[in-house]
Amino acid sequence: MKLSTLLTSAALALGVASGAYADAHEKTKVGFVFVGPVGDGGWTYEHNQGRLAVEKEFGDAVETVFVENVAEGPDSERVMTQMALDGADLIFTTSFGYMDPTINIAAKFPDVKFEHATGYKRADNVSTYSARFYEGRAIQGHIAGKMTKSNIIGYIGSFPIPEVIRGINSAYIHAKKVNPDVEFKIVWAYTWFDPAKEADAAKVLIEQGADVILQHTDSTAPQAAAQEAGNVITFGQASDMAQYAPSPRVSSIIDNWAPYYIARTKAVMDGTWESKDTWDGIGAGMVGIGEISDAVPADVKEEALALKASIADGSYHPFTGPLKKQDGSDFLAEGATADDGTLAGMNFYVEGIKGDIPK
Amino acid sequence: MVRLEKRPQPSRAFSWAAPVLAVVATMIFGGLLFAALGKDPVASIETIFWEPLFGDFAFYYRPQLLIKGAPLVLIAIGLSLGFKAGIWNIGAEGQYIMGAIFGAAAGLAFYPEQSVFIFPLMVVAGAFGGWLWAMIPAVLRVKFGTNEILVSLMLVYVAEQFLASVSLGLLKNPEGFGFPGSRNLQQYASAHNGELIAGSGMHWGVVAALIAVIFAYVLLTRHRLGFAIRVTGQAPKAARFSGVNPTRLVLFCMGVSGLLAGLAGLFEVAGPAGQITIDFNVGYGFTAIIVAFLGRLHPVGILLAGGLLALTYIGGDIAQSQLGLPAAAIQVFQGMLLFFLLAFDLFTQFRLRFGQAEVI
Amino acid sequence: MDLSAINPVLFVAGFLVAATPLIFAALGELVVERSGVLNLGVEGMMIIGAICGFAAAVETGSPLLGFFAAAVGGAVLSLLFAFLTQITLANQVASGLALTLFGLGFSALLGQRYVGIKPPRLPEVNFGPLHDIPVLGPVLFSHDIILYLGLALVVAVWAGLKFTRAGLVLRAVGESHDAAHALGYKVVRIRTLAIMFGGACAGLGGAYISLIRVPQWTEGMTAGVGWIALALVVFASWKPWRLLLGAYLFGGITQLQLNLQGAGVAIPVEYLAMSPYVITILVLVVLSADKNAAPASLGRTFHASN
Repeated sequence: MKLSTLLTSAALALGVASGAYADAHEKTKVGFVFVGPVGDGGWTYEHNQGRLAVEKEFGDAVETVFVENVAEGPDSERVMTQMALDGADLIFTTSFGYMDPTINIAAKFPDVKFEHATGYKRADNVSTYSARFYEGRAIQGHIAGKMTKSNIIGYIGSFPIPEVIRGINSAYIHAKKVNPDVEFKIVWAYTWFDPAKEADAAKVLIEQGADVILQHTDSTAPQAAAQEAGNVITFGQASDMAQYAPSPRVSSIIDNWAPYYIARTKAVMDGTWESKDTWDGIGAGMVGIGEISDAVPADVKEEALALKASIADGSYHPFTGPLKKQDGSDFLAEGATADDGTLAGMNFYVEGIKGDIPK
Repeated sequence: MVRLEKRPQPSRAFSWAAPVLAVVATMIFGGLLFAALGKDPVASIETIFWEPLFGDFAFYYRPQLLIKGAPLVLIAIGLSLGFKAGIWNIGAEGQYIMGAIFGAAAGLAFYPEQSVFIFPLMVVAGAFGGWLWAMIPAVLRVKFGTNEILVSLMLVYVAEQFLASVSLGLLKNPEGFGFPGSRNLQQYASAHNGELIAGSGMHWGVVAALIAVIFAYVLLTRHRLGFAIRVTGQAPKAARFSGVNPTRLVLFCMGVSGLLAGLAGLFEVAGPAGQITIDFNVGYGFTAIIVAFLGRLHPVGILLAGGLLALTYIGGDIAQSQLGLPAAAIQVFQGMLLFFLLAFDLFTQFRLRFGQAEVI
Repeated sequence: MDLSAINPVLFVAGFLVAATPLIFAALGELVVERSGVLNLGVEGMMIIGAICGFAAAVETGSPLLGFFAAAVGGAVLSLLFAFLTQITLANQVASGLALTLFGLGFSALLGQRYVGIKPPRLPEVNFGPLHDIPVLGPVLFSHDIILYLGLALVVAVWAGLKFTRAGLVLRAVGESHDAAHALGYKVVRIRTLAIMFGGACAGLGGAYISLIRVPQWTEGMTAGVGWIALALVVFASWKPWRLLLGAYLFGGITQLQLNLQGAGVAIPVEYLAMSPYVITILVLVVLSADKNAAPASLGRTFHASN
């Protein structure tokens, strides 16, 4: 009897808690669930910068909370529930693996708004957001194609998933455009974060003749390896990695979540928040292009900035036909651009890239 | 002159008092650490230990203790049998992964058929996967005398790579837009290991953990095999004279620990976690080793130790979000707790003597 | 596929560097295990060494002082393990695991201020004309002093264990602490010293990662090297020379895997990434004919009253 009473009250409390507590405090409370430590210098670090920007923007009107190193799965569900119970009005869950947990918990707290990064499942109180990093990759590809002397560009991939494959394709298309002889060497590290392995991968690529290293892993280890080798250029990933500028780091893709986080927090405060799918790029400021350093010749820098401007204002799409797939079949006709569905699920290389995507 | 003297009998009083003393010592030193980080030490400690059990939302956290603690207890019970007998399976993490993969694969093979036989089949497959993975070090030890600590540890890394491989290939959700990870078993009714009573946190894994505790208790106290395990651990030579077959004991202990670890993986993937992903494993297999020793390899002790560790995980996450403590500080705090628990255990076996050593 | 892209000279030079942290950490653990103690906290001591070395190098501007600090840091942390297992007679497996947990957390707290900083560089040793010898020059004579120190340490540990009285005593303690005790050796003191040596070595290995191999500090950057070091000790069946061989095998396979990928060889990466572990298991099976390889007292608790 006692047990069942407890459970009933528990279920009741779960249902009403969010409503009751949302009124009880006047500050807007924003929660952040992080997959790595905030000191990772990459993915989580940048999300935390976005959180700090929210605090700075709204001052005393908001309170932000975060939990770092949260494993995907039941731990993430517990952390989200805990934030909702503690009265969070808006919760950002910042890893793809939080997708199903976010949907589950959102169903239990209809009055709390959830924002899930990089996923594809939405609900009335769950939005998704992601960044068009491939736009930044196009600019990197352009600079890389122009700058390489060996015509070999090394690419450190994390896992063979659409996000990473899209970046490789985008970089390759634009490198090839300015340098028909360019060749990509791709190494899969099978990790998002393992500095020693990333450094090794970079060294191996450099030893095999690459003089440009692009990375889709989060640590600065490849930058350090490139600096060591000399005469190699790299690009910052996720954060600016400016400590390696002006060389080897000649530019970077910066995950700039701040404008989005501020806008969504504002929407919750104003009561105008709606569930939507956001996939922003350079134009909206979600993808930042770090300062192109003086190691890049002035004319190349100018072209890169022009490319950036044309992507930003929408006059140019990095995936514009004519393009063929690696197997020679047609991908995009002359002048056609890839739709978001194709981009989201991209699981093939474009024509010219050697090697197979690991299965 | 202070020296240690072995007690003729382990002290019953101290076996209860030592964990309490350890927790108190951890609170003091942990409090100092939190104060050094500029946080209110009393509030921090209270958040970690009190909040999940008796705070405003205890109705939610108490069931979470079961969810977090069950895999730890289930795995630790299996390990403790071997540890008692001097058989060192430290690769439970790998067996946990293989159990999850085998179990999930068995279920997904039937997708989208619905049948009451699917979940039981998955349980069998999960147990088999864990057992199989543990049999490799067991058979190698029996046949060639290789060190099972090493082989089982190596197999963890093999299993992790295999997990990445199936997440990206064999078990990848065909409707997942190319993202890694399997279908979510929570959305496949026949394969879902859901809560048995809504909101209670009780799923089949919790039930299995409790059954394992009872099973181990009975085995160790009432059964001949339990006797064989204890004797082998304490005096291997005497065990052989008393007719214990060491080969069968190794196969049994490794098999049971692998089987339970596999079950833990299966219940986790079919229930709280829901899907096979690259990062599916979160270290339960290693943490369970600590749980086994904290529980002094005793079934009831393991149950309590699993609960205590689960409490610090849950309380630690609450402290992170409510007080802004860094995750690293929580990790250090847990490390301290383990150190003190291990250190104070001394007094159950020994007592301090002051003064000159007697001349023997 | 273009295998000619792989430069064998650079490949070998590369895995000499990749193997060095492993050599340090495993060599330290080898001595610890030879004394009859199993310390599973290698990963924790390595990461403490990585941050202590990094911080000291950044603050003083001297990488060598950094390595010194790393050795001290690792040894100090290992004292905690020594206290638990030698004084309070706690279980070694659990104490070692707790040490790793503690070390990972504590290093992250210590390192908060050091994220995103570049450490000072340790120059290559100047071998003069030797460096210019084809093939051998770049492979053997183009590294930093710590790498050579690691190799020297292998020789020293081998000779020390085999030919010196201290080595004999250490082995005696590892084989039978009761017999050693009866002969009047201070078992606890000897083991504590061995544990501290192990801690110092692990610290050096960690600092080699944070100061030379990667050069940077990031939380959790040792990423499991300590566990591989543990495997390596058994792989080497507690013999320094085999340990060296094993370290190169482990380092070499990772390098080879990355090299083959870069050369465009279609290899299933996960399966190649598994291979060092599978090979270790196979080697263990082959070596298992040698029944006397493991120190007999390994992992057992010693108290004089036993």
